[in-house]
Amino acid sequence: MSAAEDVVTEAPAVEAVPKRAMTLGLGTSLVVLAALCLAPLFVKNFIIFQMTMLLIYALAVLALNILTGGSGQFSLGQSAFYAVGAYTSAILMEHANMNYALTLPIAGVICFAFGFIFGQPALRLSGVYLALATFALATAMPQLLKLGFFEHWTGGVQGLVVTKPDAPFGLPMSQDMWLYYFTLAVSIGIYIASVNLLKSRSGRAFMAIRDNEIAASAMGVDVALYKTLAFGVSAGITGVAGGLGAIAVQFVAPDGYTITLAISLFLGMVVGGVGWLPGSIVGSAFIIFVPNIAEGISKGLSGAVFGVLLFLVIFLVPHGARQVAMIAQGLIAKLKN
Amino acid sequence: MELFTNQVLAGIATGAIYACMALAVVMIYQAIDHLNFAQGEMAMFSTFISWQLMQWGVPYWGAFILTLALSFAGGILIERLLFKPLAKAPVLTNVAGFIALFAIVNSVAGLIWDFTIKQYPTPFGSSPFLGSQLISTHQAGMIGVTILLLILLFIFFQYTRMGLAMRAAASLPESARLVGINTSWMIALGWGMATAIGSIAGMLIAPVVFLEPNMMGGVLIYGFAAAVLGGLTSPLGAVIGGFLVGVFENLAGTYIPGVGNELKLPIALALIITVLVVKPAGLFGRPIVKRV
Repeated sequence: MSAAEDVVTEAPAVEAVPKRAMTLGLGTSLVVLAALCLAPLFVKNFIIFQMTMLLIYALAVLALNILTGGSGQFSLGQSAFYAVGAYTSAILMEHANMNYALTLPIAGVICFAFGFIFGQPALRLSGVYLALATFALATAMPQLLKLGFFEHWTGGVQGLVVTKPDAPFGLPMSQDMWLYYFTLAVSIGIYIASVNLLKSRSGRAFMAIRDNEIAASAMGVDVALYKTLAFGVSAGITGVAGGLGAIAVQFVAPDGYTITLAISLFLGMVVGGVGWLPGSIVGSAFIIFVPNIAEGISKGLSGAVFGVLLFLVIFLVPHGARQVAMIAQGLIAKLKN
Repeated sequence: MELFTNQVLAGIATGAIYACMALAVVMIYQAIDHLNFAQGEMAMFSTFISWQLMQWGVPYWGAFILTLALSFAGGILIERLLFKPLAKAPVLTNVAGFIALFAIVNSVAGLIWDFTIKQYPTPFGSSPFLGSQLISTHQAGMIGVTILLLILLFIFFQYTRMGLAMRAAASLPESARLVGINTSWMIALGWGMATAIGSIAGMLIAPVVFLEPNMMGGVLIYGFAAAVLGGLTSPLGAVIGGFLVGVFENLAGTYIPGVGNELKLPIALALIITVLVVKPAGLFGRPIVKRV
């Protein structure tokens, strides 16, 4: 509306997170790992299933965290990558009779390619525009999956039923428990790989782009390559999570992967603390259990409770679980003295 | 050829919906540089308020005016309470805030008025317009209201002191503050106006898509597409974008085989991405220059 051109000094979209603050110390990590390994021995199958979902969503949140906390790009479209991963696994298992474990890397690779390609147009967008483009992707995904053209493979609106794998080598454990340990192993592998990725040369390039794109390119970082790469890695991990999700839920259908899922994952990241990888599991717990609790209070109220809690997080602990963890650490240190 | 003209006409009629929504989207983008993801839900809530007023016996235009006033006040209230403290926060936090607002408004509307579909009256009637089967009087009225709104906004921004102050606050906040403009209130005003425009959009759309808490989902995406196509910085562009998107949607549905109702959202997606990639500033927007 004014004749002058808009001149904008762009503030970074995400606050900078020091690299050291992105992970847990060794001791804490081992305690968390031990808890995750031992817990299923003492609980019922349904709770084991929920814990499996907790890990799966934690993986998806972790993937978003690499994209946003690492390279400073947004995505409200993670559900689309999750859906592609889930469908890849389901189709390979049901139509090609492939072993479930083998479908996961394939899902990851396909999603990596999908994310990398989607990252190309996303390259030219930043901040709100990127949020918008990914938002549109997530809304469009269920309709794409329902297309009559793919119906032979995807099962259309009905979706596909996936068989749950048995424990191998005649191990004496239930299907749920085996799947839990399988998911746990995959998650640990991906977590360690992600931590190392962020510590590597590529990770430093991501963070340089996040903090100041122009400065990064002046230092010789190939901005276009690393931005699309971040999208690809994030989509790939989300795809593996999607594949695991399909195996755990034993079912894929277009309406399971709506924008609501993408928003949940985004909220999970905000609650867990942007850029703090261990926070992913806290965020995942938030998006799995809070709606259940809210639903218990009142059927229609779950959205409102969700929203109010989110505002509380934004206002009180803008760094999410990371901030809470730091405060707790400070308190413990004080007690020791 | 007749089919083509008919489809274009019908497209313009649906386009009016998107134009209204896009106008609200652009208003808020002007004021705060963010896309409000909760815009559609806020419009839906306003529409429910007007419906409730009519249920209580208020005549249509009375309810219309009252809703406008309430929405304006509501928009300002939301800005003051929830988003003013976030003004300095990173984009990410703001997006999270919009999503939280989205969830709250949607859920509260469902709680108060439940999720059943409701009829919504139109003040223009729904008989054929000028003997044409394609445009009803309601749709013609909708186009008329959108254009009227655009003219009013133009006059407001070009010829009033307040409009000038709002423009100044949006384009160069620091300088605007130095010449004595209360930029913080200008933003609140922008929120109020955007919410009021959104409520008009909601009340015009409701007779077509029926009233229910999820009525705005698809419309908002198309509103975004229209705003992006026209350029997020130009109200005129948003309205033209709205009509273009409506026409495009109808023509694609008619002439491209396999594109039916089920592909509506993917079309919007393709449109948004194409525009953002080919011409990020949109048809009428100004390119943004970054200062290092």
